[in-house]
Amino acid sequence: MPDAKQGTKQETMHVNLKVKRYDPADSGGKTWWQEYEVDIHPDSTVLDALIEVREQNDGTLAMRCACRASICGSCGMKVNGSAKLVCKTRAIDVSPNGEQMTIEPMGNQHVVKDLVVSLDTFFAQIKRVEPFLQPDHVPAQGEYIASNASMENLLTSMNCIMCGCCVSDCTVLEVDSNFIGPAALAKAWRFTEDPRDGKRDERLKMLNDEDGGMWDCTRCMKCVDVCPKGVAPMDRIMELREAAIQAGNTNTPGYHHTESFYNSVKKNGRLDETRLAIDSAGWTNLPRLLDLAPIGIAAMRKGKLPPLFPHKAEDHKKVKDLYESVEGESK
Amino acid sequence: MYEHDVLIIGGGLAGLRAAVEVTRAGADVAVISKVHPVRSHSNAAQGGINAPLTDRGDDWEGHAYDTIKGSDFLADQDAVEVMSSEAGEAVLELERMGVIFSRGEDGKLGTRAFGGQKVARTFFVGAITGSAILHVLFEQSLKLGLNVYEEWFVTKLIIEDGVCRGVVAIDLKSGEMHTIRAKAVIMAAGGAGRVFEPSTNALICTGDGLSLAYRAGVPLMDMEMIQYHPTTLARTGILMSEAARGEGAYLLNASGERFMEKTAPDYMELASRDVVSRAEQTEIDEGRGIDGNVLLDLRHLGRSFIEAKLGYLQEVSVEFLGIDMAEQPVPVQPGMHYIMGGIKTDVNGATNVPGLYAAGECANVSVHGANRLGANSLLDTVVFGRRSGVHAVEYIKGVGAHSKTEGDLASEKARLQALLDRPKGERVATVRDDMARGMTKGIGVFRDQASMEGALENLNNVKSRMGGFSIENKGKVFNTDLMFGLELEFMVDCADAVVAGALTRKESRGAHFRTDITERDDKNWLKHTLMYQDDEADNGVRVETSDVKITQWEPVKRVY
Repeated sequence: MPDAKQGTKQETMHVNLKVKRYDPADSGGKTWWQEYEVDIHPDSTVLDALIEVREQNDGTLAMRCACRASICGSCGMKVNGSAKLVCKTRAIDVSPNGEQMTIEPMGNQHVVKDLVVSLDTFFAQIKRVEPFLQPDHVPAQGEYIASNASMENLLTSMNCIMCGCCVSDCTVLEVDSNFIGPAALAKAWRFTEDPRDGKRDERLKMLNDEDGGMWDCTRCMKCVDVCPKGVAPMDRIMELREAAIQAGNTNTPGYHHTESFYNSVKKNGRLDETRLAIDSAGWTNLPRLLDLAPIGIAAMRKGKLPPLFPHKAEDHKKVKDLYESVEGESK
Repeated sequence: MYEHDVLIIGGGLAGLRAAVEVTRAGADVAVISKVHPVRSHSNAAQGGINAPLTDRGDDWEGHAYDTIKGSDFLADQDAVEVMSSEAGEAVLELERMGVIFSRGEDGKLGTRAFGGQKVARTFFVGAITGSAILHVLFEQSLKLGLNVYEEWFVTKLIIEDGVCRGVVAIDLKSGEMHTIRAKAVIMAAGGAGRVFEPSTNALICTGDGLSLAYRAGVPLMDMEMIQYHPTTLARTGILMSEAARGEGAYLLNASGERFMEKTAPDYMELASRDVVSRAEQTEIDEGRGIDGNVLLDLRHLGRSFIEAKLGYLQEVSVEFLGIDMAEQPVPVQPGMHYIMGGIKTDVNGATNVPGLYAAGECANVSVHGANRLGANSLLDTVVFGRRSGVHAVEYIKGVGAHSKTEGDLASEKARLQALLDRPKGERVATVRDDMARGMTKGIGVFRDQASMEGALENLNNVKSRMGGFSIENKGKVFNTDLMFGLELEFMVDCADAVVAGALTRKESRGAHFRTDITERDDKNWLKHTLMYQDDEADNGVRVETSDVKITQWEPVKRVY
């Protein structure tokens, strides 16, 4: 019989884990840290180490895992502070010199026990984007005709395994639980870009208009960094924004923000932050402008209010040339 | 109080496809699964789904014959006819639901070649076909507002007067146990790969559904038919899809020879899986392997092709072995992958217990016989998932009110509590590993009387320790420790049936290859083995046999 370990290195690697524990029944809602040490094969993953803990060391440790091959999406958790699918994270890469690694449950989601988080938040976000094909017509027989390129394009988003890593580390969700979130927006993109879907305009309008929609992303890149499947949710969100603008959704703070940013850098070679705030709110939107007033006053007190009339950057003409050269290329 | 017309155990492809059908029929349906549906092992199917599309020159009889030949003539031909003739519509329907199948120049669905078939009729999404279909069926379940008991673990089927009336289950998040009453139950709980170690299967594939049905008096059929996939990654055992060979990859031995030339000169690397796995194992056993592996060589396909068509394989190879497939061949070995055997059903998914249906890997219709063709498992799930839904809906029209008893709930609570109350003993994982390694050792790519008796002896040893393992976690919330103990009990049932079937079949057929009886014996063994759980019988298993249904294809010697 084939021996799985035959012929490979037999030495082991010592792994030192510090795991964040939580048991709603036993700890009165408190979390605690627990340290474990295990010896595993040097090629092993962080998941292998945790399974070794669970099976040989501490049967009370709760976590999810299933496929061990980065396709089921069960084992998202934080390793040294950053969300990872632990089945495709090699222990030696996290801890090349035997450093202790910290393991915590994913962020922005309610913890059920130890490393297990509730999936309710994640799937509530997914449901908000009506995540199913809504075609105008269904072929009576056979398939939809579509180009192979259009289908391969969708692979980017269909690679999403709904592990929740992007939601875990999303910096917007930390402060705005109403944000639809990176995974759901990447899922929405899968339908707006699907030539078979008949609701593209409605979807874009909804994601544009909705509180917590596509404009709430702050482009921090975290989701792109942590996504284990190359979905790059933020890139999908940027494509959604572009598509929404092209579809005529221009009456939003998000669009005004983009437009103001574009114009001020083109004109001055630098960002006019005062104007950006007012443009984004809308010059006639008094309630929103009044909302900004306390922030402005606070900034002024700390000496951080941007100048009312911006200085132009020394080389602002070069910036303008840059705009023209880039826009010329894209035409 | 939980009640549904139809309760489906399992949220993978077979379960979700059945749920869509029952919902369409207007019946009240729920899915119960120990994992969220998108975590199901259907995800792991990579290469594609077979369908003979008649509007592009294929014919369903061709697919049926390839399937039957692949099965080494153990498949029931009436069942294969159903699967092959319904395949085209089943796949097209998935496309219309939103699956992003690869296309040809004309914008219609494109195909790739797969093992055991001369016609390229495998429809695919890169190397993530199972995942891409599962996620689309999940989308449909959201559209339909499907009721799902997520992370609920079924511990027992409720059988009253010989009729299935629901389940007892534990809600893992709360630890509470409940009765869920149903007029019909569809078992779609997946395979039993973890009975073996190593296995390509997810850690959740513990034969729960097979065992639940087996305990309820349903026979498990042809359980000795265990598929060893020819290309699993060295050391990790991770699956490398047959799509690699379908797209032209070579298998090489240590001297760089395409050794399949010796055993399958016509089909080469695309002979059926049992044939390729045996050829590989022979190379390895006779010293022409490399550290217990042979090589899967994709270099000639080129980087851009590999990344476009086989992206997931490249991801796995780089992440887990640090090998760039465009530059270097990948070491692979045969690995336990699929169980052809399962809950005996008819072509409508019905079992011998009224009200209990089964579909997907846990079921045996039988369309795979002694060896399943690649890309037929996904097809099996959607065709027979749908059919079991249709027929469960028909069946419940004749069922009156729900059952009213609670007796099983109390006895199940007591059983689980007794398990928790055991004094400290062996760890579940220790007993499980001993069972699974013994199974792989005795019931492998090659087997003989001595190895199978060794597996039996090992299994009996394991069974003698089943009363002595203990559960360390006494808590209620998300007590997976307790679940692993219950899963081990399920796996031991499956192992019992596998060993009994293997020892019964005195021939070599498909995946059941005995080095002490190397020929197929159609005169005596064109038969299914049927394993019943029976305390009175040797080793707790009573074995019966039944004839294979032959419709239009007489068995001939299988040559690739």
